[in-house]
Amino acid sequence: MSTVVNDIPAFTAKDLVTDQEVRWCPGCGDYSILKQVQTVIPELGLKREEIVFISGIGCSSRFPYYMETYGMHSIHGRATAIASGLKITRPELSVWIITGDGDSLSIGGNHFIHLLRRNIDVNILLFNNEIYGLTKGQYSPTSELGKVTKSTPMGSVDHPFNPLALVLGAEGTFVARSMDRDPIHLRTVLKRANAHKGASLVEIYQNCNVFNDGAFEVFTEKSSKADETLFIEHGQPLVFGAQKDKGILIDGFTPRVVSMNDVSANDLWIHDETDRVKAGILTRFFDDPKNGPHFPRPFGVFYAEDRFTYETALKKQLEDAITAKGAGDLDALLRGSNTWQVKG
Amino acid sequence: MENTTLHATEATILFAGDSGDGIQLAGDQFTNTTALHGNDLSTFPNFPAEIRAPQGTLAGVSGFQIKFGSTEIYTPGDHCDMLVVMNAAALKANLKQLKAGGIIIANTEGFDPKNLRLAKYPDGVNPIEDGSLDAFRLFKIDVTKMTKATLDGSGLGTKEIDRTKNMFVLGFIYWIYNRSLETTIKFIEQKFGKRPEIVDANVKTLKAGYHYGETSETFMQRVEVKAAQIAPGNYRNINGNPATAYGLIAAAQKSGLPLFLGSYPITPASDILHELSRHKNFGVRTFQAEDEIAAITSAIGAAFGGSLAITTSSGPGIALKTEAIGLAIMLELPLVIINVQRGGPSTGLPTKTEQADLLQAVYGRNGEAPLPVIAAQSPGDCFYAVYEACRIAIEHSTPVFFLSDGYLANGAEPWQYPVSADLKPIKAVFAEALPEGEKFLPYKRDEKLARKWAVPGVKGLEHRIGGLEKEHETGNISYDPDNHEFMVKLRAEKVERIADYIPDQQIDQGPSKGKLLVIGWGSTYGAIKTAVKAALEAGHSVAHAHIRYMNPFPKNLGELMKQYDYVLVPEMNNGQLVRMLRDKYLVPAEGFNKIKGIPFTSTELLEKIKTLA
Repeated sequence: MSTVVNDIPAFTAKDLVTDQEVRWCPGCGDYSILKQVQTVIPELGLKREEIVFISGIGCSSRFPYYMETYGMHSIHGRATAIASGLKITRPELSVWIITGDGDSLSIGGNHFIHLLRRNIDVNILLFNNEIYGLTKGQYSPTSELGKVTKSTPMGSVDHPFNPLALVLGAEGTFVARSMDRDPIHLRTVLKRANAHKGASLVEIYQNCNVFNDGAFEVFTEKSSKADETLFIEHGQPLVFGAQKDKGILIDGFTPRVVSMNDVSANDLWIHDETDRVKAGILTRFFDDPKNGPHFPRPFGVFYAEDRFTYETALKKQLEDAITAKGAGDLDALLRGSNTWQVKG
Repeated sequence: MENTTLHATEATILFAGDSGDGIQLAGDQFTNTTALHGNDLSTFPNFPAEIRAPQGTLAGVSGFQIKFGSTEIYTPGDHCDMLVVMNAAALKANLKQLKAGGIIIANTEGFDPKNLRLAKYPDGVNPIEDGSLDAFRLFKIDVTKMTKATLDGSGLGTKEIDRTKNMFVLGFIYWIYNRSLETTIKFIEQKFGKRPEIVDANVKTLKAGYHYGETSETFMQRVEVKAAQIAPGNYRNINGNPATAYGLIAAAQKSGLPLFLGSYPITPASDILHELSRHKNFGVRTFQAEDEIAAITSAIGAAFGGSLAITTSSGPGIALKTEAIGLAIMLELPLVIINVQRGGPSTGLPTKTEQADLLQAVYGRNGEAPLPVIAAQSPGDCFYAVYEACRIAIEHSTPVFFLSDGYLANGAEPWQYPVSADLKPIKAVFAEALPEGEKFLPYKRDEKLARKWAVPGVKGLEHRIGGLEKEHETGNISYDPDNHEFMVKLRAEKVERIADYIPDQQIDQGPSKGKLLVIGWGSTYGAIKTAVKAALEAGHSVAHAHIRYMNPFPKNLGELMKQYDYVLVPEMNNGQLVRMLRDKYLVPAEGFNKIKGIPFTSTELLEKIKTLA
């Protein structure tokens, strides 16, 4: 999303709170995300009346009701398609899509990938809690293999999606990950997403404390976070660990975890957001931490690419058509090229 | 020998051949030329679903029937006077369409052993040689040989030469009916402009066909069908799908709204997408979506943003859009859903026509979800009917169904095109910024029960809408039992109230009281009109009413039906409108149904009318 820079915010986070009672379960990760979004938006230089939040169905999709902007709580999986139609016809609006792992990767998978390849300039916040919450606890397309839920009493045999690998494969131009429990990081990533001209996808790890509590614990809890997460920044070496004592090297196409005692920072993989191939490798840092040796899970902006957006290209075609043929003349259209007259 | 000329008031020709023979193109050209000649006309293209079905087989036969005359023409004709066949399969598939004593023009090369075998004639049987067609007037022409001779030395390959065969036949038919070649030559020049050798070949072959008529003496009699005495005015030829596209552009222009089309390709609706895509200089945005659901939901997004939003499809695609139509009903946003009906259920008969989606349009959603439904009755009427659908959508803040069908979509007729200044104005009412401190109520209604269009970008109107049941006026989510019942009834009343804003039902022809009223809707108009006219001339007590407003019905419809002893409802389905009429008005209505993927003939309707009136 592009930013309009103003000197003073015309509204504050408080102005974005609606009179509707927030109905998520107490302790839900959605509360934090809502708070961060309400905090960030006034800093973006947008006009409140030009902001639109569109959601599908699911717990996260109640989000627009809590944002004092324009909004639509639509039907399951279709927020991406609705937002596409809105942005194509009203390119000046700031359009945000709120969706979940079931909404965008299961029932709405098709619209999700097509919006990404078209690179429509919207911000997609994908709340990933790896479970169906609103329908009370079935496994989702991001639930891990073997997941025991109400609909998989013997464990899930569905191989899960790797959402960011999917996004990159769908020709996404802005690929990022953050989490509900790291407000500062989330705000930074949201700002970056808004600044990107094109489809921005932010996967947000979100804890469902009722049906899938602790799904992302290793990434969020103090005891394990430093060793299990890798915060990536453009131009910076890939370093992690409580003592910043571990790094990642890349050998050809093969990444390797090394001790900082053995290498210098200069030898490490230096993150380059514009490198599509390496972004692909980063999305593959996706092993289940429970299953033995693994890479830390990356957070931050994996990939950002400048590519024309669908709506600007279409707008240009409209302008070109007018230049070439002149503004449409309805009577000439109705008449066509072959007419005859019947005399009375 | 000197040719004699027969004067006729009307004629029906059926062009038939392999789907690769250029039959549809020849038919279109004959139609345009005939329209410019001043005849009234009606056409019926009939082709297989496969782009290139196996060559020479019965499944691969493509047909184009045109009826034209110096009187008013409402149908493409029950039977043809002349059958033009490019091969044996085309003859076999269409011979039953030819009137007794009718003319057959046969391309002899299409009756070689291979073609006869593919058409499943028994070994050794060749209908154009064995006298079995003696009841008709058979003219055999070796089109292939003539075409080759014409283009000898042109440098073109056999395949390219072969492709001009249809032009030879067309030229010959032009000679019979004494038509000018000018329109077709102009068309060829435009179509193949970049390849002068192809232009040259086609024009040469067209002329050769024409001259063949003049010099060969095969055909003794030319036919003269004079220009029709139709209402004075300016005319053009039009098919239903382009007329629909023009109606949408006109509605956008007259309402001052930008036009958005969300669509996914499907037969027979795709031509509306194609046509609209060509008119970007009218500010038209067309979006070929990833699927039918995205097609309609992108349109809902565009409607939220203040566009005149449209989605086009046919039966199977409409089924996929159903949930989103329910959303549009809850959001109470303007949206026009176009269904160019085809034979169903499921994939059904993609290239054949049917009227079997009426109940789907009126009732086919979860929950109590009424919406207005408008149906077009002729190719040119698609323009006015879809324009009216747009007007109702915009002025009553509701999704509207527009029903066309394959027969209207592809059929053509002369069209007295309108002048934009004469079109009924369409007024979109937008919510405006409120005085400081006043709270915006997104579901506050006017006397029509319509809500105002509040589009993003207006300060102070920030609001949320969605698919959950909403509280009256505020639009907030509400699970209150009384509110839900109230809102369901309010939404129904809103649609019912549209009846106050549409014209009364008229009688198309016949007495205003009598024995039998024939009620039709959609593309059966021409066939019913022709049949009722004949019945009236024969002294029967019968009248015809054709319904455009399928929901809500015009307010006087019940009273109007009571003026007749009996109501007959012909439909190309298993009885849908007839159920709605019986249900709502408890009238003794009888269905007359044809579910064959082809339109009614006026003859079969007349037979039925005679048994009742």
